[in-house]
Amino acid sequence: MNSLNFLKSNKQNFYYFLYLGLFLFSISILDVAINAFLKINITSFLPGILSIFLPLILGFVGLNFIRTEYSGIKSLDIINKNINTNNFNAILTLLIIFAIIKATPPSLSWMIFDANISGDTKEACTGTGACWTYVKVWFRRFMYGMYPNDLHWRINLAFILVIALGFFGFFLRDNLKKYLALYYVIIYPIIAFLVIYYLISGGAFGLVWVETGAWGGLSLTFIVSFFCLIFCFPLGMVLALGRRSSLPMIRYISIGYIEFWRGVPLITVLFMSSVMFPMFLPEDFFMDKLVRVIIAITLFEGAYCAEVIRGGLQALPRGQYDAAKSLGMGYWKMHIFVILPQALKLVIPGICNTFLALVKDTPLIFVVGLAELAGMLALAKTNPKWLGFAMEGYIFAAIIFWIICYAMSKYSYNLEAKYKTER
Amino acid sequence: MNNKIKKILPQIITVLFVLGIFGFFTFNAQNNMDNRGIDFGFGFLTQESSFDVQFSLIEYSGSHSYARAYLVGLLNTLLVSFISIIFCTILGVIFGVARLSSNYLIRNSAAWYVEFFRNIPLLLQIFFWYYAALRALPVPEKAGPWFGVTYMTIKGYYIPSFIWTNLDIFLYSILAVIISIIIISTYAKKLQENEGKQIPVFFISLGLIFLLPALTFFIGGVSLDFEIPALKQLSKTSYVFDGGIGLPPELIALVLALSLYTSTFVAECVRAGIQGIGKGQKEAAASVGLTPNQILKLVVMPQALRIIIPPTTNQYLNLTKNSSLAAAIAYPDLVLVFAGTALMQTGKAIEIVSITMLTYLSISLAIAAIMNWYNKKIEIKEK
Amino acid sequence: MSEPIIKIENVNKWFGDFQVLKDINLDVSAKQKIVVCGPSGSGKSTLIRCINRLEEHQKGTIVVDGTELSENTKNIEQIRAEVGMVFQQFNLFPHLSILDNCTLAPIWVKKMPKKEAQELAMKQLEQVQIADQANKFPGQLSGGQQQRSAIARALCMQPKIMLFDEPTSALDPEMIKEVLDAMVNLAKGGMTMIVVTHEMGFAKEVADEVIFMDEGMIVEKAETKEFFANPKSDRTKLFLSQIL
Repeated sequence: MNSLNFLKSNKQNFYYFLYLGLFLFSISILDVAINAFLKINITSFLPGILSIFLPLILGFVGLNFIRTEYSGIKSLDIINKNINTNNFNAILTLLIIFAIIKATPPSLSWMIFDANISGDTKEACTGTGACWTYVKVWFRRFMYGMYPNDLHWRINLAFILVIALGFFGFFLRDNLKKYLALYYVIIYPIIAFLVIYYLISGGAFGLVWVETGAWGGLSLTFIVSFFCLIFCFPLGMVLALGRRSSLPMIRYISIGYIEFWRGVPLITVLFMSSVMFPMFLPEDFFMDKLVRVIIAITLFEGAYCAEVIRGGLQALPRGQYDAAKSLGMGYWKMHIFVILPQALKLVIPGICNTFLALVKDTPLIFVVGLAELAGMLALAKTNPKWLGFAMEGYIFAAIIFWIICYAMSKYSYNLEAKYKTER
Repeated sequence: MNNKIKKILPQIITVLFVLGIFGFFTFNAQNNMDNRGIDFGFGFLTQESSFDVQFSLIEYSGSHSYARAYLVGLLNTLLVSFISIIFCTILGVIFGVARLSSNYLIRNSAAWYVEFFRNIPLLLQIFFWYYAALRALPVPEKAGPWFGVTYMTIKGYYIPSFIWTNLDIFLYSILAVIISIIIISTYAKKLQENEGKQIPVFFISLGLIFLLPALTFFIGGVSLDFEIPALKQLSKTSYVFDGGIGLPPELIALVLALSLYTSTFVAECVRAGIQGIGKGQKEAAASVGLTPNQILKLVVMPQALRIIIPPTTNQYLNLTKNSSLAAAIAYPDLVLVFAGTALMQTGKAIEIVSITMLTYLSISLAIAAIMNWYNKKIEIKEK
Repeated sequence: MSEPIIKIENVNKWFGDFQVLKDINLDVSAKQKIVVCGPSGSGKSTLIRCINRLEEHQKGTIVVDGTELSENTKNIEQIRAEVGMVFQQFNLFPHLSILDNCTLAPIWVKKMPKKEAQELAMKQLEQVQIADQANKFPGQLSGGQQQRSAIARALCMQPKIMLFDEPTSALDPEMIKEVLDAMVNLAKGGMTMIVVTHEMGFAKEVADEVIFMDEGMIVEKAETKEFFANPKSDRTKLFLSQIL
């Protein structure tokens, strides 16, 4: 260990080592940056391998020089503690910084600097970068599917109404608050269904009828996720109560249902809905494909919802059950007025996660012929006027989904933290 | 008497309700099948399938039965799941541990990795890898070799195939390694109990794993030849690689997407497991004089694994179920081969979809049962 | 007066900007029992954690049984084997039985054969009167039983010094007595003990010296009788009036 001592700073030459170390560290980063952004290799006078590893060596030595456990200078201590605690960490830090620097120019130039967004046809994409014109032209299709362009306002209106009704529950007068559970479980789904049925598919009140085959894009993703969520919630509640029931037959049937639907992949469920359902229904009873798909996904997600709600019911302290029973409440009164309102508050983060999983699962309906966002991408990609832009489409869809899912997961994470502290 | 009725009546009503629904379905199905002239039966399984599958682990062609096609699909599903599970575990452990690093950059890079791959739908990731990334690979005639013997091309990843002589001797040596490791571990444990002495079992095992099989090459007459893929020209513009093993791009895209997506969930499980061990445990172990390695082996890992393994197994199950997305990019897994092609050809919707669902259900239930047994065995006992 | 078994000279420690130990000087002789008391945040836990190097001091010297503790110390594990520690949160290993908790270190650090380790463990468990729970798991015991098991676990390494970091602060009142009794027994057997605690009754019964710490400094250090009868500093007087 003594032989390496001269590389370690001590009280006298502390500042000397500090400045030298910072200098070495800076030139190593500068070398990589110049290489990446300006494509000039300033160390090209050195043999190949040395020129590649030089920044790493310089940076490593530099970080070694500035490493002290406690120097008293605030910013130096922060740097040392966070990225420079030992040799291994120093190398990893350098590698990550180099990787980020090297990856930035190509991505930026592809996405922004060499990209096109103006114009309307394939010819407008002249640069070597991304062709955002493709996305701009297909944007409406990606959002609304094959729904007629001039009727898009109906979809927008329907969404606004449904979301508004959803928040309506928070503004109820206090003496009506105890009917909140009833509202969300029974009334809201029915109203939402009617709104969507009449506004979006039309056929009454002077609105043109649009068949469900024409629905598509991101709006279809939301419609499907939304319906599945509001229907699978009451289903999940019934199953969760059934699974905890003391009556053996009900318990076994609930367990059987839950384990069955959790054991099979969603794609087989969708196949089942498009191929098997027609067999199980009377000859002349035609069920719309979208409706069949929604029913199938509801039955599927209902099992997962049931497990989430069961978790909430279990987390409730036994004292609540005991208190309600000792007041003379029967099974149903106890659950509706005491248990469920409390348990539902606990499971909201879990329900958010289920909804998140639902949104991530809906692209699958593309395999049974419903063209939501992923389906529209596949359609656009093979359009003869726009071949070869698959990458732009997927990146666009990825960004949209990522924003939605990330926002939702952060929201449910915050909710969870909030409820943890409230208890 | 009243109480008894209260208990029995709901059950009877529920059972009748469920039976009623099943009866309704069966009745309709019967009617529909009669009207369309389809009959119900599993005899079709022995019929000739007359369709080909581009990628199969076992001998298969159009002249084999549907039952064999089912087997091919099942093996492909298990193959892609198995490979993906290995990769996602490795990645998950790396990123799970990285998320707890004291290094700010490492910690945040890992966090962004997890958030990035977790929030994009799996189907989209599969599409991206298959249609966008892998399509950018070179065609066979322009592909340069990696390590001199493997080629990554748009038609697949070609690696040399192994040609063994005296493979059985090699396998026997592996068997010998396993047996000797077991013997040495048992002996070491007895030695420690009786005399307190410790022998480095780990290093001895490692040495055996490398030495014994290597020995068979020198004195056992085992030899290994490689068949290196070579470029063959089929026509003026089409080249393929002949010889060697070709991994289809569908398989590669699926493995990439599944591993990256599931590794984010595994990373979270690993992180929760390691964080779940309080600082006090490590301090208490250090205060009685255990070395850091001993602390990891005797105190931290036993407790962490108990927290990590159940949810991770759940993720493996999810991965296996998600592998059914292969249908979207035409990788011949169980769903595509059986519930896709075979169903279209025979029209036996109910039978085929039921068999497919039952297969997945059995896999899930089997793993869940093993998990429950394992949990009961290692449960940390409490009051 | 023989060489002290623990020598602490001019020890200073910082957590970032905050100085948690200021110029601590302390000598502990063999078989001596010292009680450290003071308000929370005064640095008492940090001080004893520096003695078995669970925390590292930045300035000054600490010598334990002839070996100086510094970043160049080889085999810190050997030192820790000589110094036993009992924690406020017990920190028993939940996946091992009480007997296995106690035999873990003797088997793996002192390389004792299993039978010998088990005999040793049973002897220590009997000393703290918990031998009948030897095959139970920590989760199945009460707080007082767990802490006594933790004491036995530390004793199984046959240490020269025992450190106690607020051993009874996490216990329900009715269990504090059984743990204090075990500690009194240990003291009567001649063990060198440094105890951070608020239990002044224990201090009066067993301690040779009492130290009062506040804001990282040793404010007062005196022989027990003298400490309680004639506290010299005002801060000591204030503290004693609040807890007695």
